[in-house]
Amino acid sequence: MSTATDQIQAWTEQEYKYGFETPIESDAVPPGLNEDIIRLISARKGEPEFLLQWRLRAYRHWLTLKEPTWANLKYPPIDYQSIVYYSAPKSLKDRPRSLQEVDPELIRTYEKLGVPLAEQERLAGVAVDAVFDSVSVATTFKEKLAELGIIFCSFSEAVREHPELVERYLGSVVPYTDNFFAALNSAVFSDGSFCYVPKGVRCPMELSTYFRINARDTGQFERTLIIAEPGSYVSYLEGCTAPIRDSNQLHAAVVELIAHDEAEIKYSTVQNWYPGDRQGRGGIYNFVTKRGKCLGRNSKISWTQLETGSAITWKYPSCLLIGDGSVGEFYSVAVTNNYQQADTGTKMIHIGRNTRSTIVSKGISAGHGQNSYRGMVKIQKSAEGARNFSQCDSLLLGNRCGAHTFPYLEVKNPTAQVEHEASVSRVGEEQIFYCRQRGLTSEDAVSMIVSGFTRQVIRELPMEFAVEAQKLLAVSLEGSVG
Amino acid sequence: MLEIRNLQAKAGDKLILRGIDLTVRAGEVHALMGPNGSGKSTLAQVLAGRELYEVVGGEVLFEGRNLLELSPEERAREGIFLAFQYPVEIPGVSNLYFLRAALNAVRKHRGLEELDVMDFAGLVRERLRLLGMNEALLERSVNEGFSGGEKKRNEILQMAVLAPRLAILDETDSGLDIDALKAVAAGINAMRSPERAMILVTHYQRLLEYVAPDFVHVMAEGRIVRSGGKELALELERQGYAWLEEEAAPAQAG
Repeated sequence: MSTATDQIQAWTEQEYKYGFETPIESDAVPPGLNEDIIRLISARKGEPEFLLQWRLRAYRHWLTLKEPTWANLKYPPIDYQSIVYYSAPKSLKDRPRSLQEVDPELIRTYEKLGVPLAEQERLAGVAVDAVFDSVSVATTFKEKLAELGIIFCSFSEAVREHPELVERYLGSVVPYTDNFFAALNSAVFSDGSFCYVPKGVRCPMELSTYFRINARDTGQFERTLIIAEPGSYVSYLEGCTAPIRDSNQLHAAVVELIAHDEAEIKYSTVQNWYPGDRQGRGGIYNFVTKRGKCLGRNSKISWTQLETGSAITWKYPSCLLIGDGSVGEFYSVAVTNNYQQADTGTKMIHIGRNTRSTIVSKGISAGHGQNSYRGMVKIQKSAEGARNFSQCDSLLLGNRCGAHTFPYLEVKNPTAQVEHEASVSRVGEEQIFYCRQRGLTSEDAVSMIVSGFTRQVIRELPMEFAVEAQKLLAVSLEGSVG
Repeated sequence: MLEIRNLQAKAGDKLILRGIDLTVRAGEVHALMGPNGSGKSTLAQVLAGRELYEVVGGEVLFEGRNLLELSPEERAREGIFLAFQYPVEIPGVSNLYFLRAALNAVRKHRGLEELDVMDFAGLVRERLRLLGMNEALLERSVNEGFSGGEKKRNEILQMAVLAPRLAILDETDSGLDIDALKAVAAGINAMRSPERAMILVTHYQRLLEYVAPDFVHVMAEGRIVRSGGKELALELERQGYAWLEEEAAPAQAG
């Protein structure tokens, strides 16, 4: 039995590969948060007055809120006055006009992360926006997308170039009053991605944002806004990494999606923030609010997430199913090992008639990891004929970790159909021995068992990233068993 | 091919194998019989390298090499196959994928080129035909939701694909209806060859009506207490195992 445990342990103790730091000069504001800092951030970004006022309202509201404590997470209090709320690479002070003008050090950083920014070398069919600490450093394939009327740019650029769209939609899905972290983000957000797909356009390539935290003691507060006009389609993917550090860093993002009639948004996340070391030192605190509004008839929003990083994950990508016949989906794999904690899940709020939602959640716990699924399915009185299917499975590697499930169900319309399935299993010595008897190493065995367990979710990722995701899950397995 | 000398093994503090001696040559089929708890399945698992059991004495040579110093996967790659009494389920991993990964691990070890998806599919279909099995089995997850009979047949399919030198079949006949038993027996017979040896671990004589063994051994209390030809199986069928335990008792004292 002990050997199986050792094998599992070895498998879960692979090193974090993205922990390097880029020596780059940054232009940061002093640590701490007050109205002056917010004015400073807004001024640095040359924002219009409406946005500054919105930030200040959010900040004043935030001051009235208390950090939520209902999640199944344990961490020391966060000192919000010790965080640096804005940091940008100095070389970007005079904004580069093209990729050629981007600091080569930054381009090298993204290359090291496997995200080449040079367009000709880019994976065919993927456009990338790269966000470094608080600002977007480059967006590829912009011209090509613009030909179709698609806007894909950094959030700051959207504020400058398309203020009417930003003013109309910002906070329309996640108002700053929504929760503690959303209010904080609204006050201090620095950059992020913006995407607008016009009526009837099917975006021909994957859009992707690559988030990187680099500077020390800096929080990252980005905001993503995606608008899909009637009959349009877009698939968007975000990836995240950070350097290895002893101290914890805060990441509090907000994502808002709006799908009009017959529009579809597919939003995928591969979250690999630094998870902390084997003793639980360091790592990113990831407090994220993500929500999509299926505003139009027969619209569809699909969330797929692979959460392998962060010391703490607090994240519930949700769907408001307002349009009749609209569809919400949530596919999730959350991995916690060593001392990582995740409290993640979704909310599916059925408002329109014949709305449908699917939830597939796969939690993997190893080491001392604690993994909680928290999900709400709410069928409002107006949601005639609504249907939901939820499946929550947990896989335990070893016997010091934990899996928890908190499903909440609220049904106010008698015609609704709601199904919930849950299971917990443990990778055992028996399964591993069976695979070894067929000639596979124990590393291959564990990796195969894990990949089988997560297959239902991984196959929902865009093809270009599914392989990457598999690798991330099964990371190398090198040097595990002696 | 296989030479077992005075093999002793325990599980926890309990000595289960109390000195096994057995020689198996290429081309031979040995039936290993005996009552529940006599140590038959333990012997099968120890030969495959299960770490739940600790070998405390004796030696095992496979093709002249010390088998006991090899890991389970090395033994598998060297050509030892164990058909499990209770095959394990691996949800979400297709049978086809699992089989190819296993075969390629063995081929790589032997310095052969790994088979791609197409070549492998061809090979598997041919084996399926040989065993009269349904292709639908390949797309399903490994043993998940399989009936008892399907699981046992799946073990035989794996044996047919991996083509081991020594196949140990642990109660592959248990829990099968007569049709499934005949199918499994046909699969075993199809795999008999002058280069391959087999050990059939079984509680009943039933399987041996369809697969004729060259030798029959009877285990009791962790030892082989009788060896003979296939007529020994018939004798057991008539008399049961009770007489054996009486025979084993003095041996244990000595």
